[in-house]
Amino acid sequence: MTRAGGWLLAAAALTLPLWLSSAYHLHVAIMAGIFGVLALSLNLLLGFAGQLSLGHAAFFGIGAYTSALLTLKGEWSFWPALAAAVALAGAAGWLVGRLSLKLRGAYFVLVTISFAGVISLVSVNWIELTNGPLGLPGVPAPELFGWSLRSKTAYYYLVLAGLALSYLVSARLVKSRIGRAFVALRENEPLAESVGVDVTHYLVLAAVVSAGMAGLGGSLYAHYTRFVSPEVFLFTYTVTMVVMVVAGGKGTLAGPLVGAVLFTVLPEALRAAASWQWQMLAYGVLLVLLVFFLPRGIVPALQALRRRGAS
Amino acid sequence: MTLAVRDLAVRFGGVTALEAVTFDVRPGSITSVIGPNGAGKTTAFNVITGYLRPAGGRVTYDGVPLTGLRPSAIARRGIVRTFQRTSVFPALSVEDNVLTGLHLRGTAGFLEVLAGRRRLAAEESGLVRDAAAILEFVGLAHRRRERASALPYGEQRLVELAIALAARPRVLLLDEPGAGMTGAEKTVVSGLIRKIREQGVTVLLVEHDMRMVMGISDTVIALNGGRVIAEGAPAAIQAHPDVIRAYLGAPRDPA
Repeated sequence: MTRAGGWLLAAAALTLPLWLSSAYHLHVAIMAGIFGVLALSLNLLLGFAGQLSLGHAAFFGIGAYTSALLTLKGEWSFWPALAAAVALAGAAGWLVGRLSLKLRGAYFVLVTISFAGVISLVSVNWIELTNGPLGLPGVPAPELFGWSLRSKTAYYYLVLAGLALSYLVSARLVKSRIGRAFVALRENEPLAESVGVDVTHYLVLAAVVSAGMAGLGGSLYAHYTRFVSPEVFLFTYTVTMVVMVVAGGKGTLAGPLVGAVLFTVLPEALRAAASWQWQMLAYGVLLVLLVFFLPRGIVPALQALRRRGAS
Repeated sequence: MTLAVRDLAVRFGGVTALEAVTFDVRPGSITSVIGPNGAGKTTAFNVITGYLRPAGGRVTYDGVPLTGLRPSAIARRGIVRTFQRTSVFPALSVEDNVLTGLHLRGTAGFLEVLAGRRRLAAEESGLVRDAAAILEFVGLAHRRRERASALPYGEQRLVELAIALAARPRVLLLDEPGAGMTGAEKTVVSGLIRKIREQGVTVLLVEHDMRMVMGISDTVIALNGGRVIAEGAPAAIQAHPDVIRAYLGAPRDPA
């Protein structure tokens, strides 16, 4: 993305509530922002470090529950609860990273799936803490200097700030020697070791940052919907994140954002246009076409197009 | 600063890959390990650089034991290797390949990176300059922006060499640097190896091309069946009866 394009996009994002008239459209924008945070988070592991986490909803859910429980039962205010959500999800990422130190490929995927399964069972069965399948209603809306961020417009800016922070963290990491170590792990692990990259250290680091970011997304989600139930651990959330990252372009910074916007807006647009069965069918066909024609994702395809135009 | 290998033993199941292998690599020398296929050359490399744990014996550098350390920790002590089969970071540009090799020269830590400290930009441009100098040295400066996997085979091997040099080795282990190269490319590689040594780097290489080995080595170590059968100057090894027997088989019984 060129610098001018970046500023234009930032200006558009900042003024979006002025353009969107209905609360429903703003709701879609908020959800796109939350999923943007989640897709950026998965992209660190999947796109840069090259490890597929199919249990990413676990970190999202841990963030959501931590934040909800601390504000509801601990009567914490939103901001420290948000920090705790990031920290606890990050700690869970550390655990998964340590558990799968020597595991790669399918084995890493299995560890992440199993972890998500265990956490989900805990949320259903530890009824005294989580209220079980009934969930936790009435999660308070955040406040900032005494202002409630209950309105959709205010919440949109909160999510936008979270998204900008996630993007900044991703961008700074990726453009540093740490990001190069992540990519080295993806590209050629034995070679990375041979030049002194402590591969396990960087795998754990990628898992911690990625999980912490997913925890941020979880907390933002909990205080927006004001309700948390074991549904946050649904596999669908993980699949949605994977689709967003892969379709947008894994291993690029803009890809997850493009994917998040597209795959939040698209189902909503289809919902308006067609009945339920056709909706799912159209969604599926579009996904297949995308993977078939743009296997590396939308953003890398656009970059290639621009390079060809330049030369 | 001697790399010392003592009584190395490696067994794969019932097969003995290395047995009582002992040798020294003198600092500042070019030392070659030769031997027929399956002699244990690459196995010895794998043990020295930490990719394989020996059943017995040890490796020390400057008196400090390396055995049991992870490959990245061994690289940090200045012992860096290349691989027998071409090994680059395929999707990255040639420059990014070398920048990744410069990992240990960077100092940026996690929190510093997140804070976006100004010092890091200076460090980063320093690394880019280092990478350019290394690419200049191996003769790939004009390929800087190209994807490593798009380069022809011989140039990919040079990328590999550049990555290893970026890790600032004190001992550089090259596993068949000339394999699959044309005669002209081999001459270039031999010249580079000499220049690397002139910069004070000790070179240990495994190589099948005898002309290359005899042309650049100070010392040659011959392995056969997992044992050292001869060690000495190239001319002495060429004439050594055990080495000739290992490569060509025993002379026919005159009777």
